[in-house]
Amino acid sequence: MRRYLWRRIGLGALTIVATTMLVHLALYLAPGDPIGYLLNGQPATPERIAALRAQYNLDEPFFTRYVSWITGVFQGDLGTSAAFNADVSTLIASRFQTTMYLVLISFVFISVFGLTLGILAGLHKGGIDSFSMATATILSSIPAFVGSFILINVFALQLGWFPAIGGGDGSLSSAISHMTLPAIALAFSAGAFVARTTRASIRVESASEHVVTATVRGIPRNKVVSRHIVRNALLPVISLGGLLFVGLIVSTAFVEQAFAINGIGGLLVVAARQQDFALVQAITLILVISFVVVNLAVDVLYWILDPRIRSEVA
Amino acid sequence: MSLVEIESFTLDVQVVEASARVIHEVSFKLEAGQSIGIVGESGSGKSLTLRAIAGLSPENSVVGGKISFQGEEVSAMDRERLMQYRSSQVAMIFQDPRSAINPVRKVGDFLTENVVTNLGWSKSDAKTKAIEVLTEVGISNPEKQLKAFPSELSGGMLQRVMIASNLLCQPDLLLADEPTTALDVTTQSSVMALIDQLRLSRGMAMIFVSHNLELATAVCDKILVMYAGRIVELLPAENLREKSRHPYTRALLDARPRLDGRQNRLNAIPGQPASGLEWTQGCTFAARCAFAQDICRSEVPVLRKIQESDVACHRADEIDWDVS
Ligand SMILES: Nc1ncnc2c1ncn2[C@@H]1O[C@H](COP(=O)(O)OP(=O)(O)O)[C@@H](O)[C@H]1O
Ligand SMILES: [Mg+2]
Repeated sequence: MRRYLWRRIGLGALTIVATTMLVHLALYLAPGDPIGYLLNGQPATPERIAALRAQYNLDEPFFTRYVSWITGVFQGDLGTSAAFNADVSTLIASRFQTTMYLVLISFVFISVFGLTLGILAGLHKGGIDSFSMATATILSSIPAFVGSFILINVFALQLGWFPAIGGGDGSLSSAISHMTLPAIALAFSAGAFVARTTRASIRVESASEHVVTATVRGIPRNKVVSRHIVRNALLPVISLGGLLFVGLIVSTAFVEQAFAINGIGGLLVVAARQQDFALVQAITLILVISFVVVNLAVDVLYWILDPRIRSEVA
Repeated sequence: MSLVEIESFTLDVQVVEASARVIHEVSFKLEAGQSIGIVGESGSGKSLTLRAIAGLSPENSVVGGKISFQGEEVSAMDRERLMQYRSSQVAMIFQDPRSAINPVRKVGDFLTENVVTNLGWSKSDAKTKAIEVLTEVGISNPEKQLKAFPSELSGGMLQRVMIASNLLCQPDLLLADEPTTALDVTTQSSVMALIDQLRLSRGMAMIFVSHNLELATAVCDKILVMYAGRIVELLPAENLREKSRHPYTRALLDARPRLDGRQNRLNAIPGQPASGLEWTQGCTFAARCAFAQDICRSEVPVLRKIQESDVACHRADEIDWDVS
């Protein structure tokens, strides 16, 4: 286990370095000059420009720039945002928390909705199957912004059950009340995807020979389902869950806009548009770290749940 | 009363929109403690027949005729009775233990699941007994193996675990569907010997499905030869080599692998094996039979008694098999 884990962690670290380097390179090679934004309306005197270029290391070669950035990261310094003229760490910290709330709540909806529909559809043929899959298909075909619009109108404006906009004051209870609607809007298509994958996986597992064995040994159907079908069928769904979780962080941008939530997604859009090097770098770093951490969690979960992995690695 | 009595068993499966018959009028009896070997090329309906005895037919199929166990019709059992029948009276061994055992649960869970869930044994009793049967099937260090996962055991070991699991509940009937086909050659004979020895010492009856005639004659009292969903010959095992009469049985004997393990290509039966699905007017084997005449292509032969055998062949008493 330990060796396996260390190898995964090593791979994760490598992924982080490679990705941030790539983003650095992309920004370095990108057309346009960020100096216009950096000046921020101040007169473009040569001294001023030179000072800014020095402050942001704009004249250094690529590798030096990367090294000085990553050294800063290790010292907790993510740089200064040119667009917001503020410290990047402070800019990101609260927004990251907001986005995480949104993603986590949405993930709960996706799991509950996707697994329930998928398991029901997979175990039953005919009516229940068609109904569950039709529900999943309809919900998944609603674009997030349309879904947001409908949810805000019905549940926030008409019924008044939830606040229409904003991200709450940072506490968990206010996060839940503020994030429920956006989380649902975000959950539609991913939930349907989980439902379809779960259904397919349940079907495959139901037809497997070890299920015949259990049946022919007289194990009651409900136990065959829980011990031998669902338990095994969830394994492939777990790795999908990991991928979806990371995807959610990125796809929050739309929903954050619709519900006027100050999260990471919206921030990334602004940062990229304004060529805000420091901010883009920092957000990428956070996304990649989330990606690596989630994948690591999936790997560990697999290790615990699927003994086949253990004997493969050993 | 026989242990198992099968009368005019038929099976129709749903293919696309239509229903098609894959098993035609199969009848035979099995007495307590007796063993029957069902042989035939793949697709001849051996597995479907075997599974039907455990009340396990494909979802989209219709069973006809009568299958009874100790006089009780299997299809008439209600859910509870069927579970009881499966958990304590009949046991099944599959071809590939690696796919027949849930890969994510421990060997110990697999072994004791039936007796704990269905027969109400305590976990510690089940564990003690499990260690006993594992020892009996020749698995060393049984305590450790109980905690192992299937992926940590070899195919031969897993098949032994499968056999052991069936010993715990003391069934009257063992259904074995090609139990050694998926194993490597060196473990095949030891696993087969184990099944035979345990069956005899416990007085269990067995239906043994195989396409290995040699093996079937070694461990069975009777041999039942199936082709395209029909019984073509039923005879005492010791008569198979010298007194079998059906051209298909004879062809199987010629086509069997030689003792050195290499397939004798020259003697392989010409043509493709037919399945019960295929519709023919006369004998289904006629197309591949060297002795076929007009009557074989127009009339379906029925099983008839010739000395100790039941044979479904129009020409069974005419052909003079020169046994060498
Ligand atoms: N679930 C099923 N649905 C439809 N046809 C089936 C099904 N299972 C088996 N068959 C058909 O029934 C025939 C006999 O199958 P089987 O009993 O598995 O043969 P064997 O075990 O002798 O190789 C084959 O032609 C096969 O195609
Ligand atoms: Mg078969």
